[in-house]
Amino acid sequence: MPVIVKEPKEQVKKPQESFWKRMTRHQLFIPLAALALLVLFNLIADPSFFAVSIKQNSLGNPVLSGNIISVLDNASELVLLAIGMTLVTASSGGQDISVGATMAIAGSVILRMVCGGQVSADSPCMPILLAVLIGIFVSMAFGAFNGALVAYFKIQPMVATLIMFTAGRSIAAWINNNELPIMNDVSFKYAGTFLPGIPVPTPIFITIFMVIVFWALLKFTNLGLYTQAVGINANSSHLNGLNPQMIKLLTYMILGACVAVAGFIRVSRSGSINYSRIAENIEMDAILAVALGGNSLSGGKFNIYGSIIGAYVIQFLTTTLYKYEVPSTALPAYKAVVVIILVVLSAPVVREKLSHMKRTAGKTVKEAT
Amino acid sequence: MQEGAVLEMRGICKYFPGVRALQDVDFTLREGEIHALMGENGAGKSTLIKVLTGVYPKDGGEIRIKGVDGAVSIHSPQDAQNAGISTVYQEITLCPNLTVAENMYIGRTKGNLTNWKEINKGAAKILETLGIPASPRQQLGACSIAVQQMVAIARAVDMDCKVLILDEPTSSLDEQEVEKLFGLMRDLKAKGVGIIFVTHFLDQVYEVCDRITVLRDGGLVGEYVIEDLPRVRLVSKMLGKELDDMADIKKDVCTAEVSVDGVPVLEAEGLSSSAGIKPFDFSIRKGEVNGLTGLLGSGRSECVRAIFGADHVTAGTVKMNGKPVKISKPLDAMKHGIGYLPEDRKGDGIVGDLSVRENIILALQVMKGFFRPFSRAQAEAFADEYIKLLEIKTASSDTPVKSLSGGNQQKVILARWLLTNPQYLILDEPTRGIDIGTKVEIQKLVLKLASEGKSVTFISSEIDEMLRTCSRLVVMRDRKAVGELSGENLTQSQIMATIAGGDESCQ
Repeated sequence: MPVIVKEPKEQVKKPQESFWKRMTRHQLFIPLAALALLVLFNLIADPSFFAVSIKQNSLGNPVLSGNIISVLDNASELVLLAIGMTLVTASSGGQDISVGATMAIAGSVILRMVCGGQVSADSPCMPILLAVLIGIFVSMAFGAFNGALVAYFKIQPMVATLIMFTAGRSIAAWINNNELPIMNDVSFKYAGTFLPGIPVPTPIFITIFMVIVFWALLKFTNLGLYTQAVGINANSSHLNGLNPQMIKLLTYMILGACVAVAGFIRVSRSGSINYSRIAENIEMDAILAVALGGNSLSGGKFNIYGSIIGAYVIQFLTTTLYKYEVPSTALPAYKAVVVIILVVLSAPVVREKLSHMKRTAGKTVKEAT
Repeated sequence: MQEGAVLEMRGICKYFPGVRALQDVDFTLREGEIHALMGENGAGKSTLIKVLTGVYPKDGGEIRIKGVDGAVSIHSPQDAQNAGISTVYQEITLCPNLTVAENMYIGRTKGNLTNWKEINKGAAKILETLGIPASPRQQLGACSIAVQQMVAIARAVDMDCKVLILDEPTSSLDEQEVEKLFGLMRDLKAKGVGIIFVTHFLDQVYEVCDRITVLRDGGLVGEYVIEDLPRVRLVSKMLGKELDDMADIKKDVCTAEVSVDGVPVLEAEGLSSSAGIKPFDFSIRKGEVNGLTGLLGSGRSECVRAIFGADHVTAGTVKMNGKPVKISKPLDAMKHGIGYLPEDRKGDGIVGDLSVRENIILALQVMKGFFRPFSRAQAEAFADEYIKLLEIKTASSDTPVKSLSGGNQQKVILARWLLTNPQYLILDEPTRGIDIGTKVEIQKLVLKLASEGKSVTFISSEIDEMLRTCSRLVVMRDRKAVGELSGENLTQSQIMATIAGGDESCQ
């Protein structure tokens, strides 16, 4: 009973599923589509959303101003957190919910260093870069603490980082003896506002720099391969010579570094700190950015650019809602609606259905003609 | 439907991106028969089963079941269960963190209230009648793989099914357990249950089956009554060509001469590990193929894991080429030119979501170092070379390795270690759950490696296979090496006697 292999059938099949399917299957499809939708909505509703003008800032320098600039500027901290969070998610299959609190710690450390322990300082007590490096170091140490709990004590990431989530802001206040130090020197605010003579907000440059750093890290080291391998199958990674615990710890420390830079940008914007309010609830946005980017929150394969786009989508949405004068108390509810739609659309089940629907629709059209 | 049939599948088609997994496959299962589904890796057996059980939606064809008018639509495993189709998969798909009883009844209790007492009692009864050494309240993950497999079968059997699918159920069972399972299958057959039996063990097929359906490359080759299809013809149907590979291999063995003198490539003394292996001595020479044999749980895997540094080594010394070396973690072993293909392909071997390419280069990449990744082109070249060399069936090197069939996954892991060019390769059950064609390929590969001067330790539950490939056998029992056989002692009966132990064994 030999069966005749029907080759042509296969050839017909292939091109049919290719374009739409390949596009919708691509991980970046949902975040990019969401971004495109937001842009489209604003274009139709009020094209002036995209207007960029030149205004005088408080120092009298001409700077760019407009919604689009504010999206790019304000998303900076979130983008940095999303990058680190992606790596942590990939390697450990869980998220660090203490990033907001750790941002407060890093910001507090940096302010303490530049103010030299005074409540109000007019000139930095040490080079700002050195203070930032110390902030990064401290933040990485806290990352190592979280990472060690996750990697060596095998505590679920959310539980392990709950400790710093709870204690972080108190520690931040304690670092400055519960004072609210203010740095008055204008150079301290360069990183959070504008460099003299440059009309583009500095956080945008810092973000670009950090994205390039991580692009290089992923390209010129095995960070990506190792974190994914460990996240997918730690046993197998171990038998291939990797040290899964070490790699998990490393990703938490990398996130720590990202958090410190984000914390620096945040304190640099105002030159001061409010321990209980700084970067409040940002951990949820960071996790959301990772999910919006099409990354599985249970770890394994990741696409860091998805998370970055996800972060911009969230900020774009926030800014759009502000623009339409949604009261800030109602903002989370509006955001939640949009987020639900995006997350449901990016769920594998729905995506499978979508691409299937499109395919059968295409078929019936073909049959009709 | 045909007279007496409980299940009819007609013209089943299934496509995956770039792969035609099933093409117009027909399959008929009659009442009270055990029907073997045979084919090589990637022939489409598992896909056909998954279409039947609603795991994959089918792209064409129809399924009919006795007692139901017209074609049935099966969209989920739940539908299949309701239609009277029960399945035991090759890889255990139960929940290791639940108890044995919970696993047996999960998804089958009616209403919202669960009577745990009743469930535990019911489970205990089934376990007892089937002679499965597990307690209902025991956590499943704490049982051996064999017991877990039997629990999965017990679950399926208890579900009062018309069609029972056993997908490689025997690959992790020892002979007695297999016998027990066969007894069970015959009982069910007498009750009129139709059983689909997917296996790679030809002996088992001829022992229990009534009919054979052979698939090849996603297409149907044919359906045969077992008396009409002698083994040699079955193998040639599966491979699609006439050959007698077994004879070839035996000839090869004679040519693989091992130098008895010289310094051993690896020599371990008094090695023991945290996995509970008693101190053992072990050595292997250049170009030698030796084997570790013994029943399940006799400590074969723990032994080689200790050599590779996969478990925490608690005592003992290891010398390589006469020089003492310290192997405390897998990377140390890899740097000394040792490769290890683990027993549990899914749990310890493949990195499922990563591509075939990434899986192949992983070990070599780790040895090369964190800051020196291979370029894409280089990785591509390595992957393509080994995909071709080992004839790995994959749509591309970008395909996630988890979508490959079991045998091809195993080849990917083999490729990974061959790429590191090891001087000593440990293969722990490399042929488990893979088809006869690939088995022969792997055995040939082992002998080829030995002839190139590499040393190989080969672990298998199949004594035939060990006799064909190994020149020396270490026999394990109760986590202890209890004997060593070579030369004329290397016979099936002698091995059996040593494994079984007793007075004549060398204590």
